[in-house]
Amino acid sequence: MAKFTAKPKDLIHIDFKNPQTGWMDTPVDIREHMYCHPSKAKDLETVGFPNIHEWKPIDENWNLPENWKETVLNGIKERLQKYRSFHVFMDICVRCGACADKCHFYLGTGDPKNMPVLRAELLRSVYRKYFTASGKILGKTAGARELTEDVLKEIWNYYYQCTECRRCSVFCPYGIDQAEITMIGRELTNLVGLQLGWIAGPVANCYMKGNHLGLEPHTIKSNIEMMLDDIETITGIRINPTFNRKGAEILFVTPSGDLFAMPGIYTAMGYLMLFHELGLDYTWSTYASEGGNFGFFSSNEMAKRLNSKIYAEAKRLGVKWVLGGECGHMWRVLHQYMDTWNGPADFLEVPRSPITGTVFDNAKSTKMTHISEFTADLIKHGKLKFDKSRNDHLKVTYHDSCNTARGMGMFEEPRYIIKNVCNHFYDMPENTIREKTFCCGSGTGLNASENMELRMRGGLPRANAVKYVHEQHGVNMLANICAIDRATLSASMDYWVPGVGVAGISELVGNALIMKGEKERTADLRGETLPGKEGAE
Amino acid sequence: MSFNEFLSEKKPAILKKWFDAILDTYPADTANFLKKQKDRFANPVGSTIYSGMDSLLNSLLNDDDADAISKYLDDIVRIRAVQDFTPSQSLAFVFSLKDAVREEAASKINSPDFSAKLIAFERRVDALALAAFDIYMKCREKIYDLKANELRNMTVKLVERANLIFEARYRDIDLKDLVLEGNKSERGE
Amino acid sequence: MKILFPFFAVIALVLLAVLGTAANLHFLFGVVIPYAALFIFIFGVIYRVLKWAKSPVPFCIPTTCGQQKSLPWIKQNKLENPSSTLHVIGRMALEVLTFRSLFRNIKGELRDSSKFVYGSDKWLWLGGIAFHYAFLIVLLRHIRLFAEPTPAYLYILEAFDGFLQIGIPRLFATGVVLLAAAAFLFLRRIYVPQVRYISLAADYFPLFLIMCIAATGIIMRYFFKTDIVGVKELTMGLVSFSPVIPKGVGSIFYVHLLLVSALFAYFPFSKLVHMAGVFLSPTRNMVANSREFRHVNPWNYPVKVHTYEEYEEDFREKMKMAEIPVEKE
Ligand code: SF4
Ligand code: SF4
Repeated sequence: MAKFTAKPKDLIHIDFKNPQTGWMDTPVDIREHMYCHPSKAKDLETVGFPNIHEWKPIDENWNLPENWKETVLNGIKERLQKYRSFHVFMDICVRCGACADKCHFYLGTGDPKNMPVLRAELLRSVYRKYFTASGKILGKTAGARELTEDVLKEIWNYYYQCTECRRCSVFCPYGIDQAEITMIGRELTNLVGLQLGWIAGPVANCYMKGNHLGLEPHTIKSNIEMMLDDIETITGIRINPTFNRKGAEILFVTPSGDLFAMPGIYTAMGYLMLFHELGLDYTWSTYASEGGNFGFFSSNEMAKRLNSKIYAEAKRLGVKWVLGGECGHMWRVLHQYMDTWNGPADFLEVPRSPITGTVFDNAKSTKMTHISEFTADLIKHGKLKFDKSRNDHLKVTYHDSCNTARGMGMFEEPRYIIKNVCNHFYDMPENTIREKTFCCGSGTGLNASENMELRMRGGLPRANAVKYVHEQHGVNMLANICAIDRATLSASMDYWVPGVGVAGISELVGNALIMKGEKERTADLRGETLPGKEGAE
Repeated sequence: MSFNEFLSEKKPAILKKWFDAILDTYPADTANFLKKQKDRFANPVGSTIYSGMDSLLNSLLNDDDADAISKYLDDIVRIRAVQDFTPSQSLAFVFSLKDAVREEAASKINSPDFSAKLIAFERRVDALALAAFDIYMKCREKIYDLKANELRNMTVKLVERANLIFEARYRDIDLKDLVLEGNKSERGE
Repeated sequence: MKILFPFFAVIALVLLAVLGTAANLHFLFGVVIPYAALFIFIFGVIYRVLKWAKSPVPFCIPTTCGQQKSLPWIKQNKLENPSSTLHVIGRMALEVLTFRSLFRNIKGELRDSSKFVYGSDKWLWLGGIAFHYAFLIVLLRHIRLFAEPTPAYLYILEAFDGFLQIGIPRLFATGVVLLAAAAFLFLRRIYVPQVRYISLAADYFPLFLIMCIAATGIIMRYFFKTDIVGVKELTMGLVSFSPVIPKGVGSIFYVHLLLVSALFAYFPFSKLVHMAGVFLSPTRNMVANSREFRHVNPWNYPVKVHTYEEYEEDFREKMKMAEIPVEKE
């Protein structure tokens, strides 16, 4: 055991390769705990993905299909012709480096290939080699390189260490959006059968059963019934929501995480209480029981296939408009893609709040409104009564989800709601919120367990900012409007800033909402005794 | 000059040496950035480690109690624990503090009084290493916990089970019978 | 290598021009090459833009950097989250004229050895904007060589540019700024480790080229004064398509001219096309109103979906059990 005789100095010094090699000459080093497991064949079969095969990321041989190279190159060509974004972004980067230190994965890992610009160069170098004159002639001098198996592995490795959060795009002088490039890069990996289990599984579930988790219709109903029991215990009120009901005015769609996962179910309880209190004529659907869209993390086509259910169900049920729950990437999809894919939704009406009469003109075409817009409008019109003190045990900060921030621009609505239902609200430092918000580090299907170390590292910049308000103001609750945040930030907080919980905004609304005929509440939605109410029962 | 005076006087130099030693443990690609004098703090990793070290040294100087010390130690170890190192690699940085101090103290080591103090100091560093080990273990356990929790909370299995439980409830039959039934139909009986 | 190769490439260009004039190839270097370069520049850029424009914009994907338009009482940030074409024009103007996004740049730093904060970092913005504006003004000043009589606004421009009132001929600030800014951008590439790591030969080449162009320009104006009358004779000849080669114009002018030609010819094939590309960047130039107006994807195609009927087929019994309404009993 030579190790034990070694001096600490030797022990501590790990012999790594020469730092002076350029990035093209530094081979990719795929490491465990940093990637998610490959997909199961049956999940890919369910949705008909091509080139299904067995492979392991750490293996030397990935069993790629014989014509993999041709497939990838044709894939690039096709996408250059289909997406101006991709084409322009491949050409105009000046490598100014403004985006370099803006990525949470770079900040958390220090790995230079996690700089957005280099992540793009991984693919851009291949583009240059096969699609530009200078790259063909000058080769490496022009930053071009052959597409080899190692290059493909490298692209795979780093395109699944990007959460498509768009933070880089905010700082780039040309708006180059690595999220867009990553999406296309991931499509390319899917063409040759390199898909993650954590993405393919939910996709297959969502396709067959209507939601990522694979909840079957009766289970959805039962889960909600369990929540109703809890609500009854806490408020004394029995709520009776409906499912797949034709003729309802509103169809409500939310990520399935809210129906099953902690602490998402508390958010769902908040929805149920709010809608009951309003007497809203709405229905849940078990067919369109997923607002989120893991298809979006594999390919544009898959995303469209999953998304189609929302309009189809709205049409079948004959509702007037659609209301959407709290979720990040779900709203990127609903806001920027749904109407283009599966619209026009001319069988629906422009969303109009039946309570306040407000017409949501900003959703004139998609006919789909965000729960925070809906709730903020109710509060503004004084339609809801709150007992803020029921959130007094919470010191709240707000995490802007990447997608609602940079793919939508929803900053004020959630804050307005929080300020109306909580007495203690503290924003995190300015450069870490709103359009500059840091990702949770686990989005885009990277929220598996096997890559926990990657997640913790990527989550560090966000956690750091939470830690700051935790230490300054005693913040103990991180509010957000995203189902993936609710699941993943819980882990990240647990590790980096113990003592900070995670909650959806509707949970805070549910806590504070004064309902007609409710009994005196002694506990919050989590069943924890409210301060000052100890021993009240 | 007393040992403590020496320590506070040389603190900046010691801190620098110590910090450089820890940066040396990162892959060259990464260290190359972390190391540049101006940029080394421009990231949460580098700066958390640096400020942790700085506070640790202060605590050692002021003879702070174990709690305070372990808080600063925690900041550093928590990061090292998710960084792809073996446990020994993760924690060896504690010992490099000894080297950093010895290098600075080279000229004074002959004084018996001073070297006695130095040895006492080194003992404390050893104790620090043990404490670091505890923290490291806790961090790793936490990671495994998180993994296990998520697996428990989110797995397909659990959902499948929920699907079955509720089916059994509606049909008013025993869950076991339902599973049996499922197995049979899977076998095509 | 990444630095040396482009460096020697520029040196080679300089030598080429010197040798060319020595070998009396004035017509080639003073007329043929500049025409060719301009030709390549114009058609090259048009070709690039057309090629980009040929790829459609399938989705409405602006990066939103401010509050969206939603409820009437919530103040929308029209420039960062534009909901009309007018807003987009404003956003693009800010981006192109003031480098809005670079201005946002932030950088992490450790304060008081314990607080890690992200502070603003405007150096890159400053360097970038100084470089581009100086370049623009220098370029405009050169119009003097291509117009007779000299347009009036040029006098105003030159009066401002020469505000320092130093030396004869009066020192133009922009020339110096251009050189300094290019030098800054170059040094940044070398000294900031991240930027050094990502830089390619193709990033150094234009910088060397422009530094050399600025340097030769400055030398001609202030040190080895060229025969400006002769130069103008040549340039006017070029614009009027009746090229003449005046006598007595020094070889330094031909060096300058060749480097400029090289820059123009290089332009369409390199990252320099960002000048045109920035206008076509969908994350910046689109109206963020995708819920208000439907964006149409020209290649949208029907896809295979799992219909409600198929779903009900799979779960009808369970749905009935749970008293969830079904279509077919
Ligand atoms: S900020 Fe934009 S132009 Fe600059 S390096 Fe990054 S992607 Fe390239
Ligand atoms: S989109 Fe986000 S995760 Fe991906 S490179 Fe940009 S900043 Fe990093």
